[in-house]
Amino acid sequence: MKSVNTEIAVTHILTRKKQTIVASFGVTIGIAIYICLNTLIIGTNRYSDNAIFKTTPHVRVYKEDEISKPLSKDTIGKHNPVVIVNPKISNISKNLINPIKLLTDIKRQPEVTAAAPMVIANLFYNNGKSQMNGTAWGINVVEANAMFDIQSTMVDGDFKTLLSTPNGIILGVGIADKLNIKRNDNVSVISSIGVIKLMKVVGFFKSSNIVTDKSKSYMNLAAAQQLLAQGPNYVTDIFVNIRNPELAPEYALTLGKLTGYTTEDWKAANELFVAGKKIRQVLFLVVSWAILLVAAFGIYNILNMTISQKLNDIAILKATGFLGRDVVRIFVMEAMVMGIMGTIMGFLLAALIVNLLSRIYIGADIGYFPIQFELPVSMTGAGVGMLVTFLAGYIPARKAAKVDPVAIFRK
Amino acid sequence: MMDRKVILSTKGVGKYFYDPVKFKALDNISFEAYQGEFLSLVGKSGSGKSTLLYILSTMDTTYEGELFIEEKKVTGLSTDKLAAIRGENIGFVFQFHYLLPEFSCLKNIMIPALKLGKMSREEIEHEAYKRMEMLDLKEQALKPASKLSGGQQQRIAIARALINNPKIIMCDEPTGNLDTKNTQIVFDIFKQISHDFGQTIIAVTHDLDFAKASDRTIELADGKIISHGF
Repeated sequence: MKSVNTEIAVTHILTRKKQTIVASFGVTIGIAIYICLNTLIIGTNRYSDNAIFKTTPHVRVYKEDEISKPLSKDTIGKHNPVVIVNPKISNISKNLINPIKLLTDIKRQPEVTAAAPMVIANLFYNNGKSQMNGTAWGINVVEANAMFDIQSTMVDGDFKTLLSTPNGIILGVGIADKLNIKRNDNVSVISSIGVIKLMKVVGFFKSSNIVTDKSKSYMNLAAAQQLLAQGPNYVTDIFVNIRNPELAPEYALTLGKLTGYTTEDWKAANELFVAGKKIRQVLFLVVSWAILLVAAFGIYNILNMTISQKLNDIAILKATGFLGRDVVRIFVMEAMVMGIMGTIMGFLLAALIVNLLSRIYIGADIGYFPIQFELPVSMTGAGVGMLVTFLAGYIPARKAAKVDPVAIFRK
Repeated sequence: MMDRKVILSTKGVGKYFYDPVKFKALDNISFEAYQGEFLSLVGKSGSGKSTLLYILSTMDTTYEGELFIEEKKVTGLSTDKLAAIRGENIGFVFQFHYLLPEFSCLKNIMIPALKLGKMSREEIEHEAYKRMEMLDLKEQALKPASKLSGGQQQRIAIARALINNPKIIMCDEPTGNLDTKNTQIVFDIFKQISHDFGQTIIAVTHDLDFAKASDRTIELADGKIISHGF
């Protein structure tokens, strides 16, 4: 049997359809914007994270430069101070010792999804008289592509050609433009220690960063080792990807302990980016909540008005045996009907807006607007909407429950 | 008269108002109301008759002394229990009808019974039609309450007061807004209810003809009972 409270609430709503609809439109817009903004955060974060992860591993393992120290610790003390005046970075190789074993150990960790050895070498690109400096990444072609999806950034040539071209090099488009190099041209590179090597340009890539495009190149691990006059066991960095990149700072510590080398997580390497992301998130959060609150005030207002118009009705209900909590139930129910209607419409409106946004072409390497319908965030939005409407109904309803019928009847 | 069953009684009820100054509105009121009695409370404006009625109604709980309904003490019960007692035992008729304007007359009459929940919806509807028939309102059943004349609205309010077969019906100036003809109708209804169905009516009124025609008149002056009307 339908409860009499429900019946009263429904009748109230049906007799003031217009106000109910206006109030639920408020919620509709609030929820839609809440969902859209949060979806937008997720979309842009996903896009920018992906952009970062095309050039930065989750964790980088490398050997940090060390400043020269006195040979023996015993000689340091109050009475016989040993000081190196003007200490320099010690001339120790940046090689990670026994990289094959290190790599196997790292890959065995359950959290690790990919690990790739790297040789990073500073060098000059020469074409005739023009010269540019830059950094070469000596890579294991298959593993590096798995990690960074380099193939997707290629604008000319095929990344996999490196596999069959031991002296192949892939240049950033910026370098190619400045040195006027075409595919299949030769380019001579000089490493920081003076090794000169003639390399064949097999393709060009374009990242989202102009500076990178003007300096970076990819080559085979062996080619980079040769440029640094080192053997096949020379590896300067191991790049590691893990399951959940958000946990990289914590996992970097674990890896540091495991390997004994310095580790750097992507957040530490991109502090500005991480800070920008946080600011964006806070901004969106504040805006979406503000709009939701405005919508809630709409419901609060209408209920407050209804209640002050219905003091007589409330008084007679209480006289005829209705309890304070029945009165609360009636008015909260009315708020919830507005809230549910508004939330459902808001959900649909958000889906529509997200769908339209995702068709907007932005260009560059972003392509279409990086947004797609996110169910969890939408569910949260709906939940938050219901909570807010509940409160917007409960607060005036509690006031209604406290109405003293005697005071009304004696007026 | 004295061997009849006492349905409601008070013992030493007093009441203060504090606004604007402390003022004793009721002083040591003790009386009994019997089953099937048509009782009227009269007195000048400010004599405390309405104040007393609202204490008897259990809606006003800030008083001293004790109130008994069917020989059970109700003073000091929780508001929830009092609401339940009201719903089951007391019907109300006021000077203003206090009908819910969005609902049909039938629904208005049914609501207290639906709240009490002692009968099924069909039984309640049947009972409501019975009351409306008695009060000559059958044709108005499905009209919205706001569309009726003043006399009809007041009769709907009476039907609503009767729906749960309350032992007591309390009225505050029930004929205050009615013309002579409708006053007579309402009066006859009350007479019928108390004499034929054994329900007690306690009515506050300043209409002396109305009071004179009731079974007994209790007269108040300055918060004291000056006549029990026996």
